[in-house]
Amino acid sequence: MKQFIHDLAKLHEGQATHLLQILRDVQARFHYIPDAAIEQLAVLLSIPRTHIIGVVEFYSFLHLTPRGQYELLLSDSITDHMLGKHALFSYFAQQLQVTVGEVRGDGLVSLDNASCTGLCDQGPAGLVNGYALSRLDKPRIDQIVALINQQKPVEQWPAELFSVTDNIQKSGLLLDTPLQPGEALSALFKRGLPETLAEISQAGLRGRGGAGYTTAWKWQLCAEGSKEEGLQRYVVCNADEGEPGTFKDRVLLNSYAHQVFEGMTVCAAIINAQHGFLYLRGEYLYLVDKLQAILTERREAGLLGNNILNQGLNFDIEIRLGAGAYICGEESALIESLEGKMGIPRNRPPYPVTSGYLGKPTVVNNVETFVAATHITVNGGAWFAAVGTEQSKGSKILSISGDCARPGIYEYPFGTTIQAILQDCGASDVLGVQIGGPSGTFISDQEFARKLAFEDLATGGSFIVFNNSRNLLEVVNNFTHFFAHESCGFCTPCRVGTALLKKQLDKIMEGHGSAGDVVALEELGRLIKQHSHCGLGQTAANPVLSTLERYPELYQRQLKKISYEPGFDLDAALDIARRMANRDDAGAHLAQVDAVDIGGDYE
Amino acid sequence: MNKTITIDGKSIPFEDGQTIMDAAIAAGVYIPHLCHNPEFTPHGSCKLCTVKVNGRTCSACTFPAMEGQDVLNNTQALTDDRRRITQMLFVEGNHFCPSCEKTGNCQLQAVAYHLNMLDNHFPLFYPHREMDASHPEVMIDHNRCIFCTLCVRASQQHDGKDVFAISGRGINKHLVVNAPSGLLKETDLDVTDKAAHVCPTGAILIKRTGYQVPIGERIYDHHEIDHVSLAAAASPATAPSLAVNTEDSQHGE
Repeated sequence: MKQFIHDLAKLHEGQATHLLQILRDVQARFHYIPDAAIEQLAVLLSIPRTHIIGVVEFYSFLHLTPRGQYELLLSDSITDHMLGKHALFSYFAQQLQVTVGEVRGDGLVSLDNASCTGLCDQGPAGLVNGYALSRLDKPRIDQIVALINQQKPVEQWPAELFSVTDNIQKSGLLLDTPLQPGEALSALFKRGLPETLAEISQAGLRGRGGAGYTTAWKWQLCAEGSKEEGLQRYVVCNADEGEPGTFKDRVLLNSYAHQVFEGMTVCAAIINAQHGFLYLRGEYLYLVDKLQAILTERREAGLLGNNILNQGLNFDIEIRLGAGAYICGEESALIESLEGKMGIPRNRPPYPVTSGYLGKPTVVNNVETFVAATHITVNGGAWFAAVGTEQSKGSKILSISGDCARPGIYEYPFGTTIQAILQDCGASDVLGVQIGGPSGTFISDQEFARKLAFEDLATGGSFIVFNNSRNLLEVVNNFTHFFAHESCGFCTPCRVGTALLKKQLDKIMEGHGSAGDVVALEELGRLIKQHSHCGLGQTAANPVLSTLERYPELYQRQLKKISYEPGFDLDAALDIARRMANRDDAGAHLAQVDAVDIGGDYE
Repeated sequence: MNKTITIDGKSIPFEDGQTIMDAAIAAGVYIPHLCHNPEFTPHGSCKLCTVKVNGRTCSACTFPAMEGQDVLNNTQALTDDRRRITQMLFVEGNHFCPSCEKTGNCQLQAVAYHLNMLDNHFPLFYPHREMDASHPEVMIDHNRCIFCTLCVRASQQHDGKDVFAISGRGINKHLVVNAPSGLLKETDLDVTDKAAHVCPTGAILIKRTGYQVPIGERIYDHHEIDHVSLAAAASPATAPSLAVNTEDSQHGE
């Protein structure tokens, strides 16, 4: 092991910023991070051991205690549940003779849950030693169990177990327009850098991660922020799509990677960056070899590296992998993770455009944003702005999953109604749609005339359909548990609040709630939303709050008594206390009227 | 011409580079806080110092003061929410004030008094947390840790060491110390380190100094935390009875 760690640290030139990548390799080799490895790495990387322990305990895919030689994880996304995950999970555990969350006695295999793995259109899905398993069913599970018991190395498992298809059901503005590698860069240099930025500005391109910040503005702020000579700047592509129900970046990176990298290079030229990162979520490990090959291809074609297209531009891209932390999709947490730290969102200001990676100006954009920028560079701003609505130009790529006949990737002009989308994907008897994933909005069947747009329903791309056979509270419960699991724990309202929200909802789900518990649930949701440090906490209560608003009766039905009638007289019970305290003022009385009223309203 | 912001309608001067908290403290305005200590880099995690800046929710300890800011601090709504956040800190750990040596000198308790917290409101978590009494002079009671990172920052920024860190994620966050065994005795912590004295709760205590100041004669038994906090910031040297008293009482000097 000593040699392995030594070589690994050497390979990464002893850089502490590579810690997460190094730990991923240690985990892959030993199936945990041994104490001795921590001690050795602390010396080789010149960082305190507590820093390493912190990182190991922060990321779901790293462990301080041994996992099985075959580390199996099943995706716990609501979409996997809708495809029968629960029964399959039990079957898996039974066939493997392993307890969920634990390692089998012989140390060969462990089985546990993972947050959404990004295969919602071809689930139930899982991961074995980090590699994606698709379309799990009983025959496939039998096959996997046999392979594990034969101790066949994962590399030798049949390819069909790992087959992931693009599943593009409807293409539009971006996916329909073919581009050759280098086409956008040629157009960029031909038109000029400021002129191209002007085109991107005219296009009205806004960030595709869901927040919708104007892309051209972000690039300009980064380029102009500091006049310091020779200042290093960075371009980061956020490919950490962890929002349950989102998988469009998986497809863009699998089939449109040239356009992603080209968009990053266009950005680099405009902001004067020399270095770029693709921060890829750990769940997409299977894409890495292919992406590396494309980067190599681009270097050989003069589209990356030194003196790109003989225009004096020097820029290269490095792929960094996450390790199971939803919060790293938040841009400042992503930057922390790139620096080899726990993914804890930073205090802002300063924003990444002035102080990002290693404190240097950094642009962080979504995968789809870079693809769009590539297209705009070739076809111009007017071409893009001709599609969409006033405030939302262009198209949006959706990942559609759940109760529909044709799940997959759909590209729509902004302004398309939810009704039209539901028709295309073959959804019927629809109860509602979760737009933008758990952190987004749940809309009911009364709202299908609403539109896909930043000014109406903004989304990073997750679109989950629920039909009338679904229990909405189970959906909300799944989302609420997800947020509690993914909270980084930095701030009090999110760390404690999401855990409390989970408990409170469980209490109601289990039939132990009374009217006051729904009021408490709402209050708690508001506190978390209003006071949390970052977007995760600020949206963590959305599933509860948006369904409480639309379907209060769903919650009421779970309560012990719809009309709350206390079994005894609260005020009378205080009589003795009043006499002992010699008090009879208003504060010494408990009104029951409020409680009864609450119960009454709920009927 | 001085630059100013307003806090609850009152005009407060500030200098570039100051946070809202800095400007408020300098002007004698108390904003409740636990993870903040003017001696160290602000952290912004406890969220007690939440204020409204032109309608937007911000942490006063990290948000820069800027011309044109209209800050709401001492409002009923904010006080109510700060009380809830304090209650969250109480239920998350195991805080049993009557049996804690820090009672009366504890900032968590004093903030709770200040916010008129009369119950826990939320269900208690009763987490299982360890004690670390391995060090000859300093002990850690993890039950009372609120993850403010003051010990982490004091060790790094004042003591030039790296004794403490916060590890884990979400509700599983916990304090770790820099030793192969994970025990305090194997770290290079010295009893005179700032990190050993900066804890706002009773999570880090100095051994053999307990109860040298009787309960009833402690800092917050007689002074509200807003006065203590502001007096300490105004003149640390001349306010030993307030600011440094925590340390003194623990040293038994």
